[in-house]
Amino acid sequence: MHWMIEFLLFVILIVAALVGLTVRNLLAAAVILTIFSFLTAAIMVSLGAIDVAFTEAVVGAGAVGVFSIVAILMTSRKSRD
Amino acid sequence: MSTTNTELCSKESSMMAPTESPIVHLASRGISPVILLVGMYVFFHGHYSPGGGFQGGVLLAAAILLLRLSLGTSLSQPVMPSWITLRLSALGALIFAGIGLLSILLGGNFLDYHYLPMPWLEPAYLRYYGILLVEVGVTITVMTTLVAIYDDLLGC
Amino acid sequence: MKTLQYLLLLTFLGILIVAVTNLPPRGDVTAPVHQHVNPAGTIVAGTYFIQHAYEDARTPNMLTVVLADYRAFDTLGEVIVVFAGGLACFFILNRGRRKP
Repeated sequence: MHWMIEFLLFVILIVAALVGLTVRNLLAAAVILTIFSFLTAAIMVSLGAIDVAFTEAVVGAGAVGVFSIVAILMTSRKSRD
Repeated sequence: MSTTNTELCSKESSMMAPTESPIVHLASRGISPVILLVGMYVFFHGHYSPGGGFQGGVLLAAAILLLRLSLGTSLSQPVMPSWITLRLSALGALIFAGIGLLSILLGGNFLDYHYLPMPWLEPAYLRYYGILLVEVGVTITVMTTLVAIYDDLLGC
Repeated sequence: MKTLQYLLLLTFLGILIVAVTNLPPRGDVTAPVHQHVNPAGTIVAGTYFIQHAYEDARTPNMLTVVLADYRAFDTLGEVIVVFAGGLACFFILNRGRRKP
């Protein structure tokens, strides 16, 4: 049961990474990055490291998301890849 | 249409926020004190539950960044002025290092809380309050540094 | 290039799943990290912290005690790094720009 939850979280993590790599809109990519770090926090919870999960959720989904969104608003919205 | 730098922090429209949507205004002004309260809880309850200085500081910074992002820099100046951020950041690092140096001056090792000048406490609780004072420094530094980086990024 | 990315990510997924399936269950008392003496025969470093954290600082969360009391110099370095990052952003992003 525990194993299946971790398997599901890993699959969603890899799917989020794939979508974040392929999407063209940079604002959507920044939001998917916050989803990625929140899933990392969920994996840390399932591994039993609550404090690491707390730091990851707060920093990855709070501060880094805001900074990357501001950096995107000051430059161009689309990626030319 | 990309929002430019001058729209996010324009001087001439100091009474006008970057977004005119009243939903965003009211929601951010309602949620921000709750995030501040949760941040204070995480910081002060770090002795008993997961949390502590770093996480509480980032939560406090997230509340202020939410106000900065939705109301604009000029309207959210009363919460945390731009000129005070780096000074408070230096003050937090100084609190941390100052407690270490204080315990050196009173005869102990660096950051040895056993030698703090609070003789009415028993030694175990002396370490308890030493940890709390150190976490105050960590919280102030992390909170103000994140706000300072945001202000420098927008240039206002 | 795209297929290389996909193959890299799928390899990473496989590595993660193999690593997680080989972990001991959470809270297993027979796991090597929860032993008093590790398989090499020496005493585990965290044993002292787990046994003495509450008596030393009267703090139930022993991670706070390790982070801010036993390893306080490490946390001081972390705070200095955060402060230096803010200072570097101040000097780089405000280059050639006058603060109002």
